[in-house]
Amino acid sequence: MTYFARKFGFFLATLWAVVTLNFLIPRLQPGDPAEIMVKRMAGKDAALDQAQVEAMRAMLGTPTDSLWHQYLSYLGELIHGNFGLSYTYYPFPVTEVIAQAFWWTIVLVTVAQVLSFVGGVVLGAYAAWRRNSRFDSVVTLGSTFLGTLQVFWVSLLLLYVFGYSLGWFPTSGGYEEATPGWNWPFIQEAISHSFLPAFALLIVTPIGWILGMRNTMIMNLGEDYIRLAKAKGLPDRDVALKYAARNALLPSVTGFALALGGVLGGAILVETVFDYPGLGRLMGEAVEQKDYPLLQALMLLTTVGVLVANLAADLLYGVLDPRARRAE
Amino acid sequence: MMNANTTPVPTPGEDFMAAGEAGQELAVEQVSDAETPDRWWQVIWSSRKARVGVIILAIYVLVAVFAPLIAPHDPLDGSFEPLAGPSSTNWLGTTTSGQDIASQLIYGTRISLLVGLFGGLFATVIATVIGLISGYAEGTLLDDGLSFLTNVFLVIPVFPLIITLVAYSEVRGLWLIVGVVAITSWAGAARAKRSQIITLRNRDFVTAAKFSGEGTWRIVFREIMPNMSSLVLASFVGAATGAIAAEAGLAALGLGDSRSVSWGTMLYQSNAQGAIAQGLWLWVFVPGLVLAILMTATTFINFGVDLLSNPHLREDA
Repeated sequence: MTYFARKFGFFLATLWAVVTLNFLIPRLQPGDPAEIMVKRMAGKDAALDQAQVEAMRAMLGTPTDSLWHQYLSYLGELIHGNFGLSYTYYPFPVTEVIAQAFWWTIVLVTVAQVLSFVGGVVLGAYAAWRRNSRFDSVVTLGSTFLGTLQVFWVSLLLLYVFGYSLGWFPTSGGYEEATPGWNWPFIQEAISHSFLPAFALLIVTPIGWILGMRNTMIMNLGEDYIRLAKAKGLPDRDVALKYAARNALLPSVTGFALALGGVLGGAILVETVFDYPGLGRLMGEAVEQKDYPLLQALMLLTTVGVLVANLAADLLYGVLDPRARRAE
Repeated sequence: MMNANTTPVPTPGEDFMAAGEAGQELAVEQVSDAETPDRWWQVIWSSRKARVGVIILAIYVLVAVFAPLIAPHDPLDGSFEPLAGPSSTNWLGTTTSGQDIASQLIYGTRISLLVGLFGGLFATVIATVIGLISGYAEGTLLDDGLSFLTNVFLVIPVFPLIITLVAYSEVRGLWLIVGVVAITSWAGAARAKRSQIITLRNRDFVTAAKFSGEGTWRIVFREIMPNMSSLVLASFVGAATGAIAAEAGLAALGLGDSRSVSWGTMLYQSNAQGAIAQGLWLWVFVPGLVLAILMTATTFINFGVDLLSNPHLREDA
């Protein structure tokens, strides 16, 4: 039980650290952050719009207050789910803008993450089983090369080949004319629009799974219980799948949550290229338009998402592997 | 001191690495080999992948150093006919604003290598200092604090954090990118170093150093660290690869250094100018390709570096 308590304690402590970091980042620059931001948005020469400065202050807290008071009011706003208004989508609150984009990215990232996990683990396990075979070297070298590709570039190439040259898939957006909701035309359009973005993420992400799975599997294959299983005359298939692969899978469970951060980072680039209406494109937009309230909220959401996934993976790991509960 | 038979005061470079590598082997195997162990560069060179990686990297370094001699034009000179195809003046054609793509590509090598070198270096310094101190002080409050910091940076998604930090800063220079990449991407390496020093810190040579009255700082960085130099080198190569990728991603989003040309800014420009829709595929294709080859080369080098820290891998290299 202490294992779970400790993991939960770490989650809360990290959550606090992340929230505090999010509070500190805009304040690292000298001067009144509200004025600086408004000035930068309006251009250097434009006169300061006091209303905008006030709106900015509402988000950042009054700079004349002590840092501590700003921090408290920041936490208060956060608890009430108040992230301020977006500049790009003025006068919509940040939360509403994010809510519209939320599911697009969740679906995209989940599909990419799950498929790359399953594909990577299977390929890695098979490569380890046939260690030093041609299959092994093709998979290891191939995934190394694919993993070094810049996801922005892969997206552009896919767009060029399958979007413009062959015309198999739409080149931008999330849907065409259908009304968003649970109706078949919309779902069809959404799938065809998200195919290329998901494919781009899929190409560059499995490298970690393949190499990680291959290495732990090779380590496991050297263990005595594998030798015993073989000596007992168990079929190869059972030794590979039920013995070695099952144990080798464990470290990948914790890796799953950490990899999510990478996929979310990749989603920013992919969604920007495909003009896909998700959180990643929103973040790219927020950066470009200097929409700080939106950027703040997205950064917090992304980090908390990874944190929650991490907690879930840790808890699952504790259930799956009794040794983890006893260790430490 | 274990490596007393080699140079007493290790100088950075060959002797330093060789001493570390010899110590490493002893630490892992607990037997001393009668033969002289291979030098660290011999071990790396023995891997075919690493050999390929080193040669490719050397070519990139030459291109970066001699860029003004190799490049036919100034990368920012927009005096050519826009949208021209490949020709003898413009080997890879021109951009929408009449700049020479080949020259941009050649000069871009400099940015990627600089960011890789310094981003990797700074990240490794941070990771080494935090990892070693935290591991050496294992179980103390200091370790708890540093480990917590490491774990926090490990779970925060790196790329979103990088673009958030860059978005808030006034200047968008190369050194900003280097700094931001360094302070966001050290955590994994710090954790690896922490666990390694925990296995080393109770060895006899450390106890001997303690009894001879050496200070903690000296014990950690002069006695123990040389024994994990392969891990430090591996994390440097990994961090450099990550830094190159991060710069390209940042620049592709339009957050790069505005005064210079990098492969990432080329991708950004080509996307912003609609190169894909106009069928200008060379403009898009080449920057990403040279980037991928460079990153594959550094990853290959790390296969060789892995052989240093894990002698068991050497058989099937």
